[in-house]
Amino acid sequence: MKIYVTGAATTAFGELWNASPRGLARQAVFGALADAGVEISGIQALFVGNMLSGMLGGQEHLGAFFAEELGLTAPAFKVEGACASGGLALHNAVNSVMSGQYDTVVVLGIEKMTDHKPEDVATALMGAGSEEERSGGATFPGLYAMLARIHMREFGTTEEDLAAVAVKNHYHASLNPNAQFHNTISVEQVMRSSRIADPLKLLDCSPISDGAAAVVITSKKQKKATRRVEIAASAVATDSLGLAQRKILTGLSATQQAAARAYALAGVTANDINVAEVHDCFTIAEVLAMEDLGFFPKGKAASAIAAGETMLGKGGRIVVNPSGGLKGCGHPVGATGVKQIVELVDQLCGVAGKRQVEGAAVGLAHNVGGSGATSVIHILKK
Amino acid sequence: MIGIVSYGTYIPRNRIRIADIAMAWQKDAEEVSRSLGLTDKSVPGFDEDAATIAIEAASSCLAVSKQKPSDIDVLFVGSESHPYAVNPTSTIVGELLGVGTAYLAADMEFACKAGTAAIQAIAGLVAAGHARYGLAVGSDTAQGKPHDFLEYTAAAGGAAFLLGSEGVAARLTADTSYSSDTPDFWRRDGMRYPSHAGRFTGEPAYYQHVLGAANRLFEMTKTTAADYDYCVFHMPNGKFPREAAKRLGFSPAQLAPSLVVDYIGNAYSATAMLGLSAILDQAIPGQKIFMVSYGSGAGSDAFVWETTVELAQLQTARKNAKVLVSDQMHQKRYVDYIKFLKMTHKL
Repeated sequence: MKIYVTGAATTAFGELWNASPRGLARQAVFGALADAGVEISGIQALFVGNMLSGMLGGQEHLGAFFAEELGLTAPAFKVEGACASGGLALHNAVNSVMSGQYDTVVVLGIEKMTDHKPEDVATALMGAGSEEERSGGATFPGLYAMLARIHMREFGTTEEDLAAVAVKNHYHASLNPNAQFHNTISVEQVMRSSRIADPLKLLDCSPISDGAAAVVITSKKQKKATRRVEIAASAVATDSLGLAQRKILTGLSATQQAAARAYALAGVTANDINVAEVHDCFTIAEVLAMEDLGFFPKGKAASAIAAGETMLGKGGRIVVNPSGGLKGCGHPVGATGVKQIVELVDQLCGVAGKRQVEGAAVGLAHNVGGSGATSVIHILKK
Repeated sequence: MIGIVSYGTYIPRNRIRIADIAMAWQKDAEEVSRSLGLTDKSVPGFDEDAATIAIEAASSCLAVSKQKPSDIDVLFVGSESHPYAVNPTSTIVGELLGVGTAYLAADMEFACKAGTAAIQAIAGLVAAGHARYGLAVGSDTAQGKPHDFLEYTAAAGGAAFLLGSEGVAARLTADTSYSSDTPDFWRRDGMRYPSHAGRFTGEPAYYQHVLGAANRLFEMTKTTAADYDYCVFHMPNGKFPREAAKRLGFSPAQLAPSLVVDYIGNAYSATAMLGLSAILDQAIPGQKIFMVSYGSGAGSDAFVWETTVELAQLQTARKNAKVLVSDQMHQKRYVDYIKFLKMTHKL
């Protein structure tokens, strides 16, 4: 059975103080439905990817919450997998269609974060970590800073190399009208920005954001759909919650495992991927992803990124994070994994405008929960 | 003609360097100063509070005025740090000034714009013939929780404006307000320190209200920034007033004389009034001043003032008494972080 994305839409990402979760959900879902040429009545199930609505807003039971808003009485589910909630929701949606239970479903990824105090958001996000890390006072910038230090020690990666990730992703975001940031930045600006968790500086970190994204997936041939992209692989792997229990710290084992499975399912290799949306919650995370996904040998990605090999318009083999990634486009955590799919659909359909990757035929989305406890990979084909 | 008949200001002498606060919390001092756009902030003395500061400013106002305390028919004190939750600051001030008993006293509270709310209310009472003269005071010893970003800016100061219809030194030619339920900063009863909503205090709060009130005043008066000699905005930090002025089309030169924040931080209810006082200290007759305050919660009051020939003698008297805003800004002694904690009763 082949599964397709036939509709995809995202709201603007950013500090959306005038938008409610309900309004964002409507905008994303009805945008995706219009794209697919499907009425809401044609939707057999709703999968909502979200992490923080309970801890920050006191609102759980999100399946019913958004189904009510959308005028849907079909089965509705909330899927939580920290920052991989969106990707995990899509994986569950794909499985449900694969099983034959449903043939057309909607996946909504959504998060509303900026209505809450940054310290409350940071505390809530630590719900994705281990108890030891929480009680030890660790934060995600701190955990990724440790991963960065190890990478620097093992492979000679420099802070300037890390900064280059943010520079590239801000440039891509400057071409994306839905991105949170439209300003380009320089390596010097990243280096001068305030230190959050050494060696990570403010401009190495993705922001706190609001936003929603939705896709319609189906096993049916939808006549009214204007576009159709195949989900060639949907793979998930899981690792320990905390860093202390990991066998390796120079990469994310869950990403390596999920990637191997996804490539096998899709019948492609890393060399076949033209465009990738990867989880750059911190600049070091994109470096790790490049290596764990097999785009570059271990220890070689940072210098390649710094040399512009994954930047739009540089003629490289692959363009990474054309949306701007989490760093430039914004990171409403539950929405991110679904937004990555929306970006890939636009890229593979050749409608990504100024940030179009020429000849994009095979795309990969990489969505991580926590410091690598959950890794979700989707491969999409034109 | 309703307007400012006299004015007085008070800034405590104690200063703390923003760099010293940053150092206490192991922050990059240069970066903190740069991002907030200020270098020092004023610190109240151990025995100073919003009432004593209000009295200092009001006394200074009356000292250079032809009017006597008994000419005051209404006295409003605006503050977000009234010493008492119940028991008015305004009667303490009135008593110490010797206003007598035949006057209307009330306290105003509207975060950083309580003082300008007092100005507007008194201007209305004077215009209605209900009061001969009224004293509007903005006074604060602003609270910032240690390690909160507010700690770098929350300062102390006071300004008092005597409003009336005779002997006016700065005529009030137009005013308006812009208010909405926008909770960007708050302090519930019994709480020692205020809470704030981080970056939300910018665009949807400060800028929405300041620019909203300003544009409404432009429309009402059919004027643009080019029609004014000076402008003054509420100054929660060094950046916001500069950005607001820029967006409204004012030049740095029109704004510069008002920027007391660079040297003393944000004295909350007194801030915009201190900025206006600094302009009045140097304006010449016939000049127009555009003023917009901001109070969290949220609202802005906007005023157009036009100076008259009466201003010169006030300036001379203030200069002779060495109580110009510039005098008070630069008469200072630095305290270290530990002393700052003691002075503000945190240690």
